[in-house]
Amino acid sequence: MSEKRLLLGDEAVALGALHAGLSGVYAYPGTPSTEITEYIQQSPFARERGVRSRWCTNEKTAMEAALGMSYAGKRALVCMKHVGMNVCADAFVNAAVTGVKGGLVVLAADDPSMHSSQNEQDSRFYGKFALVPVLEPSDQQEAYDMMADAFALSESLKLPVLMRLVTRLAHSRAAVAVGEPLAQNALDPDSERTHWVLLPGNAKRQYASLVAKQPEILGLAEASAYNRLAVPTAGGLGVIASGIAYNYVREAAPAADFPLLKLSQYPLPAKQIRELAAHCSRILVVEDGQPFVEEQVRALLGADYPVCGRLTGDLPRTGELTPDCVAAALGAPCGPAFAPARNLAPRPPQLCQGCGHRDVYTALNQVAAEYPNARIFGDIGCYTLGALPPFRAIDSCVDMGASITMAKGAADAGVYPAIAVIGDSTFTHSGMTGLLDAVNDGSDITVIISDNLTTAMTGGQDSAGTHKFEAICLALGVEREHLHVVVPLPANMPEITRILREEINYHGVSVIIPQRECMQTLGRKLRQKKQQ
Amino acid sequence: MKIDIKLSGVGGQGILSIATVIGEAATAAGLQLKQAEVHGMSQRGGDVQSDLRLSTDAICSDLIPLGQADLIISMEPMEALRYLPYLAPDGAVVTASRPFVNIPNYPEEAALLAELDALPHVVRLDIDTLAREKGLPKSANMILLGMAAPSLPLLQPAQLRDAIARVFARKVDAVVNANLEAFDLGFEHAKNS
Repeated sequence: MSEKRLLLGDEAVALGALHAGLSGVYAYPGTPSTEITEYIQQSPFARERGVRSRWCTNEKTAMEAALGMSYAGKRALVCMKHVGMNVCADAFVNAAVTGVKGGLVVLAADDPSMHSSQNEQDSRFYGKFALVPVLEPSDQQEAYDMMADAFALSESLKLPVLMRLVTRLAHSRAAVAVGEPLAQNALDPDSERTHWVLLPGNAKRQYASLVAKQPEILGLAEASAYNRLAVPTAGGLGVIASGIAYNYVREAAPAADFPLLKLSQYPLPAKQIRELAAHCSRILVVEDGQPFVEEQVRALLGADYPVCGRLTGDLPRTGELTPDCVAAALGAPCGPAFAPARNLAPRPPQLCQGCGHRDVYTALNQVAAEYPNARIFGDIGCYTLGALPPFRAIDSCVDMGASITMAKGAADAGVYPAIAVIGDSTFTHSGMTGLLDAVNDGSDITVIISDNLTTAMTGGQDSAGTHKFEAICLALGVEREHLHVVVPLPANMPEITRILREEINYHGVSVIIPQRECMQTLGRKLRQKKQQ
Repeated sequence: MKIDIKLSGVGGQGILSIATVIGEAATAAGLQLKQAEVHGMSQRGGDVQSDLRLSTDAICSDLIPLGQADLIISMEPMEALRYLPYLAPDGAVVTASRPFVNIPNYPEEAALLAELDALPHVVRLDIDTLAREKGLPKSANMILLGMAAPSLPLLQPAQLRDAIARVFARKVDAVVNANLEAFDLGFEHAKNS
């Protein structure tokens, strides 16, 4: 009998990958994907096998390094949150053109409802875009089981395989039956250069070969055990439920006395869809994220076949699915017994008491008040919470690194003062290149790299540039006299505000680095020390 | 048979430790379990919640449907009220009664507690004060778990106590004992209220 372990969806992915003979995981932290890499970092089994697991600087470096490991014949995993796919898209899409050697699995954890994100883009589109197979587990057990299949699929097709989770699976725990670990691949670098050198002549051949693989990929999805069609009765409503949506359908209709297609492997299995359509008179598509399946089913069945889902309003167009909205769409609503409470107020997240970002915003607000036209461009991290009361300090937050580049563009247009606030980990992720642009252009911006020596928002992972920020800024061409390191504490407020004022008044690139360790990581280190 | 539990509180109050102990006890008892947690941004002093579902049969959804939670366990009284639409008609609320005020527009305390007390099945206690008085300042959440124990028909108090011992086994004995003492305090309170 196999052993059972209580695992988060993320942990099931991690253990599944380790047991599939993984040699390296490459990732940048991002909710809800972070726990995959953390599990591997803390796994004694991974250590025993020498599995490479340190955090990468961003998703693109992660994807490329994983492709390199695959090139060398070994199995590699890349993990990220959905928006990380945008960062590594160049490498991801082209990895489908070069093809792979060792199995390469790309895991994107989507965040419908934007619990910790700035959009709810659906990563399945990336799989279709790159013409690679996509797997979408419905529960923790499938998340574990699929990893070995995903690596095998990747090696047999010689393509990257995309696996998609959503927050509610990534961060939900259940018992998982685990199997025996497979051996790791031996070092065996590819020597077929024409696949890997994507000069137009080679690329055209490679792309044609990728397109030629599509019927095979479709056939595999149609034959996949993860896609199951059950037809207990025929005539009325049929349901297509992808990934985690399958659980909500089963919750709302335990008997499931209607034709039901469980969908967990793409491309869309056209054969089963047609078969389902033949057994019913209309189809409800239940999927978490964007109407990826629904649009394709409509195209497949034609305008006359009634298909409903998120596009028809039978399910909400935005936000994650809930058992409630799915039950309502199935005509089995189960409403609340109690009305919402009267004595209730929202409790948004906030910066920790004693956090250095607080002192940074206090100083910034004080100085910015002296410049009525000041604009402060924010970035992605804990310090984005500076947008909320009591600080209300930032004017934008778009994507990793955009603080510096947007401040630069706004300054180019004439905004003064244009101030950027970026965290240490975000700066190395995507801020450095923008700073180089600003230096080369002599842009009139003031950049604040609020350095808490960690990647705090996702729980305190190592930050790639710790203790290197001054050196990085100087090397990018920031002038020594316009580069300052300060300690963000209330006692230092006069010094910090003075420097801010002086650097705003300097019409070129200045960088101020308020540097003090995150309260959370500091507290954790002190507790660990005390335990020892 | 199933029991659906909404755990709630403010980031950092220790609701995930309660979930861990119940999960450990449920696993040892051979029950099925699903537990949806909240990680990430909302942990920074905002409202946090976790859906914990235990059952003798297979569990489908990771999330509890509206109107189906048998129990709300909350480290904070307003956070208990936040999930009322999830409470089953005969569901129980077990909550700490002392408000955690980190927002400017926190409701009036008396009105909030009156609304709580008007619910059919409520057990509430100032666990923070009790924990401090008994010299167990870090075990308030285990007092709350003790208070919830009589409302967990699928698990015996002894199974929960064993789970506390296992979950905190990596720490020193004093931590385990403090947590067991806290659990017993909460259990006694619930039995007598």
